[in-house]
Amino acid sequence: MASLLLSVDWALILEKCILIAVIISLSLVVAMYETWAERKVAAVMQDRRGPNRAGIFGILQPLADGLKLFMKEEIIPNLSNKFLFVLGPGLAMLTAMMTSAIIPWSSHLDIKGRIVSLQIADINIGILYVFGVVSMGVYGIMIGGWASNNKFSLLAAIRGASQIISYELAMGLSFIALLMLTGTLSLGTIVTQQQDHLWNIVYQPLGFFIFLICAFAECNRTPFDLSEAENELNFGYHQEYSSMKLGFYLFSEYVNMFISSAVMATLFFGGYDIPFVNDISFGQAHGQNLLALLQGLSLFLKIAVFIFFFMWVRWTIPRFRYDQLMRLGWRILIPLALINMVATGFLVLLKAHNWHF
Amino acid sequence: MQPLTSRSKTVERKPMTMWEKMYVPAIAKGMSITFGHMFKKKPTVNYPEKTRPFSPVFRGLHVLNRDEEGRERCTACGLCAVACPAEAITMDAAERLPGEENLYREEKYAAKYEINMLRCIFCGLCEEACPKDAIYLSETFAPSNYGRSKFIYGKEELLIPNPKTQPEEFAKAKGNK
Repeated sequence: MASLLLSVDWALILEKCILIAVIISLSLVVAMYETWAERKVAAVMQDRRGPNRAGIFGILQPLADGLKLFMKEEIIPNLSNKFLFVLGPGLAMLTAMMTSAIIPWSSHLDIKGRIVSLQIADINIGILYVFGVVSMGVYGIMIGGWASNNKFSLLAAIRGASQIISYELAMGLSFIALLMLTGTLSLGTIVTQQQDHLWNIVYQPLGFFIFLICAFAECNRTPFDLSEAENELNFGYHQEYSSMKLGFYLFSEYVNMFISSAVMATLFFGGYDIPFVNDISFGQAHGQNLLALLQGLSLFLKIAVFIFFFMWVRWTIPRFRYDQLMRLGWRILIPLALINMVATGFLVLLKAHNWHF
Repeated sequence: MQPLTSRSKTVERKPMTMWEKMYVPAIAKGMSITFGHMFKKKPTVNYPEKTRPFSPVFRGLHVLNRDEEGRERCTACGLCAVACPAEAITMDAAERLPGEENLYREEKYAAKYEINMLRCIFCGLCEEACPKDAIYLSETFAPSNYGRSKFIYGKEELLIPNPKTQPEEFAKAKGNK
């Protein structure tokens, strides 16, 4: 028994625990400032100033918002299913956070000869795990809407579920084309491949476009925020929620946005690859740790651009009608993704045969 | 049917063309518009730090005036109270005692002078009625308070600071008028 315990690499476990703590707190802080950024972006696009009272540029506004949510009365409706009612927001938050485990945040640190990978788990089915967790995200919405015992919430939950199921198909299909190019499901390998070659966006522009649209739908962001359409469903699935349970729902949307931006940057935009710089020779010249830091920053910059794009779209485009949403998903995106898949497969085969039949 | 006005527009219900059905060009156009708005000048004035200039005839909260020697001008004649259409002004008159010549300009003065700011409609008729130039409407506005009773302004709130003893506060209260 003792030898079994000794054989466990405790340093590895410690290192992973620290990494998990850092990444969870990081995604929460990013989500916090996404709420602030959302209000700022909305404001500048509407010729307003946005929050500017709490701290310089309103930088403390998320803290004030959080405090307000904590101070609110916690209400659980009498006729609701209490266990599920509490489970809903927790599940939404959990699934939003879980995806961050397989994203390669940077290459690796070199601490006194020990190589510390900055990816929590480089599992070989990486992207399948993402799909699995993302499709579980709908349970948060579904359970919350169901347990509220409110017709509007239930309607919203059903809408959300059908929307996520429809768009997941196109998302998966668009990814299969990418998969044929990379030949691997591991996100770490996909990034290292992009460091040597061009970024995947060059080979898969249509695939990226479909993936982007589906990511919007999966995050329940405008123009696909049918499950929280205020004018049709009052507030959607979180109508009966108050205090921090509501906060969890709102927050999980922002965490989702952060993570899906990270996934898109990793899959199509080179992940932590620094553009126009040969990473390996830079690492040899200036040290691995500095390189890892800069690579992390590079990934964050890409994520920030994506997050801005999410917000930019939200404050530009009105919401789709339900039938338009379904038509777009089933009759446009899925055929497009299929065409993209077949064309990519054809070209990959052709390349394998040295460009002749 | 005859249109009722020349402004009515007929709604076209043509089916969308292929270009329109693609959504993407229209979305790109919309997004370029919102992006352009990020660099537009914002019309917002950061209110408490910055205020917009008032019109010269702006009528804000009332001020009870003093003369150059810092004596109250009001003689409690009651013309302002009579002129007030909202009946917001009440006052009690008192006789100036010997030795108070440096405080009050006339032999009679207002011992109590109250304006109910919730009744006041800021019409400025009190200002016009005053024969002694004792009351005028300043550029201060938007009073806020937690209780209704606090909106009844007495002499402490209304009287302008003494130009002799507090020249800075006087200049501030006087504003540009």
